Amino acid sequence: MKTARLKICRGTGDEPPSYEEFAVPFEDGATVLDALIWIRGHRDPSLAIRYSCINANVCKECTIAIDGRVLYACTTRLVEGAVMTLDPLPGKTRLRDLVAETRSPRERIV
Amino acid sequence: MIHLETDVLIIGTGGAGMYAAISAARCGAERVLLLDKSLVGRGGATIMAQMTVAAALAEESDDDWRLHLDDTLAAGRGLCNEALAAILCEEAPARIREMGEWQVGWARRDSGRIAQVTAPGHSRPRCCYVDFLNTGPAVAATLRRQISRIDAIRRVSNLTVTDLVAVDGAVVGAVALDAASGEPVTIAARATIIATGGLTRIYRRNSASANMGGDGYALALRAGAQLVDMEFVQFFPIGHLAPRLVGMDPIMWDPFRYKLGGRLLDGVGREFLARYGSDETDAYTTPRDIATHAIVSEVAAGRGSPHGGVFLSFEHVPVVDLEAAFGPVIERLAKNGIDLAEAPVEVSPIAHYHMGGIAVDEHMASTVPGLFAAGEAVGGANGANRLSGNAISEALVFGERAGKFAAAAKPASDWRDGAAEEAVDRIRALADGHKGDGSAAVLLEEMRALMGDAVGPLRDAAGLTRALARLAGMRDALPSLAINPDRACNASLADWFELRASLVAAEAVTRAALARRESRGAHQRTDFPDSDPGLARRQLVTMEAAGAAVRWAS
Repeated sequence: MKTARLKICRGTGDEPPSYEEFAVPFEDGATVLDALIWIRGHRDPSLAIRYSCINANVCKECTIAIDGRVLYACTTRLVEGAVMTLDPLPGKTRLRDLVAETRSPRERIV
Repeated sequence: MIHLETDVLIIGTGGAGMYAAISAARCGAERVLLLDKSLVGRGGATIMAQMTVAAALAEESDDDWRLHLDDTLAAGRGLCNEALAAILCEEAPARIREMGEWQVGWARRDSGRIAQVTAPGHSRPRCCYVDFLNTGPAVAATLRRQISRIDAIRRVSNLTVTDLVAVDGAVVGAVALDAASGEPVTIAARATIIATGGLTRIYRRNSASANMGGDGYALALRAGAQLVDMEFVQFFPIGHLAPRLVGMDPIMWDPFRYKLGGRLLDGVGREFLARYGSDETDAYTTPRDIATHAIVSEVAAGRGSPHGGVFLSFEHVPVVDLEAAFGPVIERLAKNGIDLAEAPVEVSPIAHYHMGGIAVDEHMASTVPGLFAAGEAVGGANGANRLSGNAISEALVFGERAGKFAAAAKPASDWRDGAAEEAVDRIRALADGHKGDGSAAVLLEEMRALMGDAVGPLRDAAGLTRALARLAGMRDALPSLAINPDRACNASLADWFELRASLVAAEAVTRAALARRESRGAHQRTDFPDSDPGLARRQLVTMEAAGAAVRWAS
């Protein structure tokens, strides 16, 4: 089976960042978000990610840092055999794993 | 624990929820609380709509809302709630024009008139849009701008309502899970509007966003409300299948079929719709239910395309026409390796919309005092099959009405902390984690596959019965699933609540589908392939001690 590898920032904002690496199945055209959803279903259901529209690239919720560049997980393609490093959006408070505090202050409950 | 108080609580922030908030505020509600489990104004179905909005604006031809109603009733195969359908059609023009005043940017002709095209099932050009493929994002952005200007509206993102709170049979508010903290939140509300959209996320192939797992139906059922027409799930016939297309909604092909035609071909390149009673020689006219049935039947007969769908070909269209119709989308397709002049794409039906939903009266009030519904969450207006273009119209029209009538509602009961206790305790207990077997994420995946295979476009008694048994098994497994003991952004906890709600919605669909022993509109039974004139009636679903129960409406 063809695979790609993702090195994912784990933990909450209170903890020092640590990375966990996952091998994911690679299919032509597959995206980073496809892989993250696959990890949630098959490797670690606790992986926290933020996404809504899944494929249409209209909600913009899945914005993360991929190899240091700010990109959408839903439109960034996996690369067969390569390792990609994923971090939450830089410059924002890290809530858990790849989820950053992207809510407007007016939309938070506290 | 955080406790909020509001006049009107609105759950869900697609087109219906945001319009309801605007409407409630302008009808006098001083405190409107607008919640989303995703980010406010970013999730839901509205923002994903790339197509058209139906309204009898009469910009391009003689038109009248009664003609729009005729087409809506015909598409609904004899099952529409005519009062709701009439409201939808009569009030759609006012909502579309109001969106125009709010600068949504409807596509216009050189004359300045709003452009209207003829979508399938419409007797005349009636469907407006925002180019290119931008209708939903433009509608959502416009409504986000409006709600941000209204001080009475408080917005909260990432707050998932897990239960409604009822006192003496009336809904008085809700209990919610704050995703960022993992803490329960209680909300006392004089009136509550469910605007959570449909349930298409319970199917494997769906055009839904992540938060359309049927939450609103489960909330309403458990609070004692009735659901109607739950068996009717619309499968959009030509959802994109292959090659892999990213950054675009899988239902993006329809507008190009309006503009350019586009031929549907079986696995060896032959046209087939005519064999299912549809003639598309002149224009793209096949209704969604018939096209879906035709495609699924071709695939089942072994005449499908390599990935299990059919081909959609624009190869006969001159390149200059393709470029004019597709505009910048041509480049987005090229990035996905798609060149329409050179090769067809593969398409197949994809769960797209749910005709059924919460039973409401003309004030959008459910059968439970204090509880209203708006948008796709409402059942009945579209009967057994929704006409193209009616979904956004319905979101705006029903949203406006729900906000108005909820703002004026007199509470039947007062909030009591004790009535919220069970739901609050459940969140606290689960957020502490649970050592168990299996994960909700895995069961959600299994449920989506099961619903797609056994409760999808083609159904029979054996498959539906098997589905019910397995859904019951999953429901029984809920208490034993593993949940991580994380407070902030606990994905396994969010999945658990999604599974809990989705199983209720899935059971309601499956029970209603099993009880309807005929084929009608979006509900196709291979064991009962014909429509039964005696069954031109609606089914109601209620929650009983043993689970969802179905009965025929009188």
